[in-house]
Amino acid sequence: MSNATSQNETVHRVSFLDKDSIRIPILKILQADGTVYENAVLPVIDEALAHRIYDTCVFTRVLDERMLGAQRQGRISFYMTCTGEEASIIGSAASLDNQDVILAQYREHAALRYRGFTTEQFMNQLFSNEKDLGKGRQMPIHYGSAELHYQTISSPLATQIPQATGVGYSLKMQGKRNIAICYFGEGAASEGDFHAGLNMAAVLKSPTIFFCRNNGYAISTPTSEQFVGNGIASRGPGYGMYTIRVDGNDMLAVLAATQQARAYAVENHAPVLIEAMTYRLGAHSSSDDPSGYRSKDEEAKWQQHDPVKRFKLWMINKGWLTEKQDAELFEKYRSEVLAEVKIAEKLPMSHIDTLIEDVYDTPTPRLQQQLDTLKKHLKKYPKSYPKSEGRV
Amino acid sequence: MAKINMLQAINDALSMALGTDEKAILFGEDVGHFGGVFRATSGLQEKFGRDRCFNTPLTEQGIAGFANGLASNGMTAIAEIQFADYIFPAIDQIVNETAKFRYRSGNEFNVGGVTFRTPYGGGIAGGHYHSQSPEAYFTQTAGLKVVVPRNAYQAKGLLLASIRDNNPVIFFEPKRLYRANIAEVPEGDYEIELGKAEVVREGKDITLLAWGAQVEIIENAADMATKEGISCEIIDLRTLAPWDAVTVAESVKKTGRLLINHEAPLTGGFAGEIAATIQEECFLYLESPISRVCGLDTPYPLIHEKEYMPDALKTFDAIKASVKF
Ligand SMILES: Cc1ncc(C[n+]2csc(CCOP(=O)(O)OP(=O)(O)O)c2C)c(N)n1
Repeated sequence: MSNATSQNETVHRVSFLDKDSIRIPILKILQADGTVYENAVLPVIDEALAHRIYDTCVFTRVLDERMLGAQRQGRISFYMTCTGEEASIIGSAASLDNQDVILAQYREHAALRYRGFTTEQFMNQLFSNEKDLGKGRQMPIHYGSAELHYQTISSPLATQIPQATGVGYSLKMQGKRNIAICYFGEGAASEGDFHAGLNMAAVLKSPTIFFCRNNGYAISTPTSEQFVGNGIASRGPGYGMYTIRVDGNDMLAVLAATQQARAYAVENHAPVLIEAMTYRLGAHSSSDDPSGYRSKDEEAKWQQHDPVKRFKLWMINKGWLTEKQDAELFEKYRSEVLAEVKIAEKLPMSHIDTLIEDVYDTPTPRLQQQLDTLKKHLKKYPKSYPKSEGRV
Repeated sequence: MAKINMLQAINDALSMALGTDEKAILFGEDVGHFGGVFRATSGLQEKFGRDRCFNTPLTEQGIAGFANGLASNGMTAIAEIQFADYIFPAIDQIVNETAKFRYRSGNEFNVGGVTFRTPYGGGIAGGHYHSQSPEAYFTQTAGLKVVVPRNAYQAKGLLLASIRDNNPVIFFEPKRLYRANIAEVPEGDYEIELGKAEVVREGKDITLLAWGAQVEIIENAADMATKEGISCEIIDLRTLAPWDAVTVAESVKKTGRLLINHEAPLTGGFAGEIAATIQEECFLYLESPISRVCGLDTPYPLIHEKEYMPDALKTFDAIKASVKF
């Protein structure tokens, strides 16, 4: 029998704990000017890793800028950026083993890129063409790749959190030295699934990293209307879980924290909670206009904490990057993205037969019958269904 | 009378509900200062204060349970679920609690003051998760009323009636029509009785039945059929639970044929319930099998949305097949 209360001291007059009883330090390694804090302990990083990280930053910036533009031009229906949160996402993704399983919320395409998702693969999903791995069934940005151990995004928030607990446990049962990592926003952390997922992970000892991007807003709702306790990190110890809070705009801090969290999770078969304090610089999505709920001043203030710029300055200080190389990298990705857009948007959408595939492992007779009826209809009125016209 | 869209009509109804009932409270994700992601609650926080119109944390389970608690203690709870696709985290609170509060307590307690508003339906390139029509999950739960308006006029009158009804109501709003539907809406307070279908158009050869956004689809199909000399009677069910079998049966006895159109998948959809009941009520009057034009038995697709939808053309074909049977 172990009941934690037996370890606690006894008092004889009423004394409550409040939110200030829980003090959580924030890990910062890299300063705004690209130098590191005195006494800071650096993560494991060499020039090659730094380049791979920075390359992913630049690609992500370019992708986000171009595809938001493409959405505005009506070429794709929807888009979401991760602008401002690149250090949280890439720093954590770069700390993982390639076989670690990623369960993301929707704003973590940079992690997928880090794993090797190609520009063409991004475009195929965004344009819902016949080469989209998800067969054009979900809105743009719902990426997924079994090859890259990145589970396909699902829109209902927080559902991936208890699933990650299950994935982590399965990795343990399969004897692998791997973990699951699960991303979510501070808004999603209000869902019941969050609490269920963390509690189960702690009790069942599932090697899982719960990575919260605390970016200040859930659509229009500021954190002050989301929770009043000490952020999301304060819940970790409540569940008996290793927990750390990091500056989410500091690539080196995120890298250091996630590297050690991963090592701990693998060695101890135990979960870790990371809260990355960052800011959503862009709109919630291409359907949102943040001017209705936050000030330009606030956004401008956060521009000064640009995580990509900070990391770039560090690399320049190290002599690993020049302004010229940086400009070339942006240029390379701008033309690459543009070229792939042109190819992807011309490809047709997947065949009508895929409409009934994957509902079950094989289409049921009833589904087959529904498809046959539909095809007859499409053949009869091809002009009314321009996307499938002539491809029935 | 002013010409306004459905969102404005809903906003107007909410404003009226809060204005006439000081115990009414309005809440949900992003509904506060921002006015909701569709702006249905715009300006209401400014008008009624942060205590009566506010953002909740992001938890549908919490929102529904909180609504139950408010209403069980005498308040009027008007909760927004941001998309009907996200009502499922709240399903335990709604199905096991909201619906059964009165029955299980012998009417010691009830949550008749609860109304859940939620945008539903497709046709907006939302894929699954922004397009579902989950009404049938709730029509099977005794104790809930399920209401679906088809235009701005109905939205205001039915929403006011739902909020003031002494039973919990789930009010599904057809998001495809939020801005697209503009109608003459009286400025004053009015209610449309729940549980009553509306005969939208009289006809003699076949009865077409739908609710919400699909009423427009069957109207279009009826126009196509008219050109072929087929006369369609159109009924808008408006309330699915409890549904108005009397009006539907009367119509079918007159026309001898029935077609039901809904966007949700065919299997287990509410059309099945209607078909079975009308078959019982009108067996000797039917001249052809009751026809269902519905979504396929798949999740709601993105790129094949147009093909998937129970559109006017499919409905028109089914009308002809029924008449020629
Ligand atoms: C269960 C559920 N409820 C509501 C939504 C609608 N929705 C999509 S994103 C979002 C806000 C999420 O905020 P947060 O988790 O903080 O992540 P961020 O967008 O800030 O990265 C909401 C309410 C949803 N997708 N799923």
